[in-house]
Amino acid sequence: MIEFRQVNKTYPDGTAAVQDFSLTVPSHTTTVLLGSSGCGKTTLLRMVNRMVDPSSGAVLIDDEDVADVEPVALRRRIGYVMQHSGLLPHRRVIDNIATVPRLNGASRADARARGYELMEIVGLDASLGVRYPGQLSGGQQQRVGVARGLAADPNILLMDEPFGAVDPLVRVELQRELSRVQAELKKTIIFVTHDIDEALTLGDQIVVLKAGGEIAAAGTPAELVQNQQDEFVSRFLGLDSGRRSLTAATADDGGWLISDAQGRPLGVVDSQPVQRP
Amino acid sequence: MTWVLENLPRIGELTLAHLALSLPAVVIAFVLSIPLAWGANRVRVLREPVLTGTGLLYAVPSLPLFILLPALIGTSVRDPLNVVIALSIFGLALMVRSAAEALDAVTADVRTSATAIGFSGVGRFFTVELPLAGPALLAGVRVVCVSSISLVSVSAVLGVSSLGSLFTDGFARNIIGSIVAGIVMTVVLALICDLLLVLAGRMLMPWQQTSRRRRPLPTRAREVAA
Repeated sequence: MIEFRQVNKTYPDGTAAVQDFSLTVPSHTTTVLLGSSGCGKTTLLRMVNRMVDPSSGAVLIDDEDVADVEPVALRRRIGYVMQHSGLLPHRRVIDNIATVPRLNGASRADARARGYELMEIVGLDASLGVRYPGQLSGGQQQRVGVARGLAADPNILLMDEPFGAVDPLVRVELQRELSRVQAELKKTIIFVTHDIDEALTLGDQIVVLKAGGEIAAAGTPAELVQNQQDEFVSRFLGLDSGRRSLTAATADDGGWLISDAQGRPLGVVDSQPVQRP
Repeated sequence: MTWVLENLPRIGELTLAHLALSLPAVVIAFVLSIPLAWGANRVRVLREPVLTGTGLLYAVPSLPLFILLPALIGTSVRDPLNVVIALSIFGLALMVRSAAEALDAVTADVRTSATAIGFSGVGRFFTVELPLAGPALLAGVRVVCVSSISLVSVSAVLGVSSLGSLFTDGFARNIIGSIVAGIVMTVVLALICDLLLVLAGRMLMPWQQTSRRRRPLPTRAREVAA
């Protein structure tokens, strides 16, 4: 469990990146911090592994204040995946993944064996291990980034817009892979994004942030989509533009054609709606 | 030509002496430039003063420096040490700015990610920043190497043996073969050392070739491939 307790972050020049932010991130779930750029979501994420220290307040991991943990040791037991993968361009793919186990003191052979294990988990062919990051596609690089984040078998995985720089098709594929990996590994993930669809796909809990890290809304994806009370949230999720106000019409060959409020067809439902208890 | 053939052992000897004067200077300049460049990048207000200051050292004329150094550090005028120190200073003048820029060019993304996955400051510098600055550092070292090899010759005027001695002797005794041999050997030596540096760079930085090859094919090649 990760707990933000009334954290504030004010930079020396007086900018308040985060003000009085409190949140509990349950273990083994994915919490998405959703917001436009400049809302403080990356700052919040980096407070967990002490790349940013809060000006006041505390961040606790399983009731232990991270301020009491030596930053380098802390970072070695928390996975971190970022945009543009952040891979070390001068190290082979396998050594990139093996970096953290190596830093943690594993032998080269053990670390590499672990690396190949992870390549399989994230769906990378083992033959890519000897390549350099520059020889991979953007999507493959992000997979390597995820594998590296998981290499030390951390309980916590911090993901900072990890799929922000890949094309939409690959992004969807990576999101699906991440869901699959998460279903298996059950890490505590904090995922930062400004992509609403990504948040709805991956989040067990979504926290919508306004500027300064102010929580505009928090809840499960279903709760957020159904609750249209907050104007900011509605606008952010695209609820007010009718993007998620759907209408159904009978389709030509049976089933239902689903369209949004502007009449843009979104897809076909071929069965009756599921009755929820 | 006959002069050259008759004096091959001496030319060989002088070539080695030439290397013994220039290579240590290259190494010293490189090793000293790294902490200076690191410090200059670190303390931003000092960056320009340090870089410009060391750069200006290159403006010191070489001959007077060779003569001045003995007075400053108490060596004899013909001591090879003077030459090595003077060349190190010139090398440093060229190298500090290259090194500072090379280290500065390592992308913020890579730095952030190295920190995030748990590199300590020192570990990050030696295993991430320094290797990634490698190609640009190598470019600097190549300039310093060639420049040192050519500058060494000047010290022959003072009586310190190097390939420059072939030049001074040739002039004094009017032997064209000696003069030409001195010039040609200096150039050849500079070229060989430069080539060795390039090869060493390829071996030490194998990721470079691959990333170069990965660049998108030119349009025509792509059409052919299609």
